[in-house]
Amino acid sequence: MSLYRGGIGQWAWLLHRLSGLGVLLFLVIHILDTALVLWGADLYNRVIAIYRMPIFGIGEIGLFAAVLFHALNGIRVVAVDFRPAWSVYHKQMFQAVVVLFFLIFIPVAVIMTGHILEGMHG
Amino acid sequence: MNGAAGFGSGSGVQVNLTSAGSRVRPAGGWELRLWLFMRASGMLLVFLALGHLFIMHVFNSIHSIDYQFVVERYAKVFWRAYDGLMLWLALLHGMNGLRVIVDDYLRGAVRVWAVRALYGVMILLLALGSWVVIAFEPMKMAGG
Repeated sequence: MSLYRGGIGQWAWLLHRLSGLGVLLFLVIHILDTALVLWGADLYNRVIAIYRMPIFGIGEIGLFAAVLFHALNGIRVVAVDFRPAWSVYHKQMFQAVVVLFFLIFIPVAVIMTGHILEGMHG
Repeated sequence: MNGAAGFGSGSGVQVNLTSAGSRVRPAGGWELRLWLFMRASGMLLVFLALGHLFIMHVFNSIHSIDYQFVVERYAKVFWRAYDGLMLWLALLHGMNGLRVIVDDYLRGAVRVWAVRALYGVMILLLALGSWVVIAFEPMKMAGG
């Protein structure tokens, strides 16, 4: 069993937990900030203005990365759980998750960085 | 296929994982139902949450989102239903995920109270979020 320690499956599992925890933390905050719409435009707009700071823009890119990884690896988890025969290919499936992750994440990160810069210039 | 080697086996934490890194399917009862719920809700959230992120954070951005944006968006029942469904699935999925982590790492009374606390927070957030999605009505803008 010690062969599996640090194997791809366990690293995927650890990353899945960490990204899930990160997304959950943001979700809790996001439900609270969105609820402020019930108190009208002034309060809501003032709180949203805080999120326009570049540091939150960087956090937003991190949030996207966490959701994207969790989603892609989640699809892999469902695939091996319901098609156990496929688990011989679980390493290749994880490689596919990583490749797809970067194919989607890189252009999105470029666009989101553009949003941060747009905010800094006006 | 069920190589049950926990990642933290050196630290006394034993988690039953398949070699692919998913949790071993529970034999039955609530644990099996929740295990299935995590997979079903997860597949729906792939579309709901990624769709939400693309719409709000890629095609739009925090610079175009304000109170007026919410007013226009929530004029359509579709977006209220979308947000309501996502709220419930994401909170139940996320809080059950946290419950599984608590079960893995905490023991005894601490575990019991941690699980109660997270269910309490989950119920409050479900109520608050549902209230927003259902009851939001545009307030008259000052001076408008």
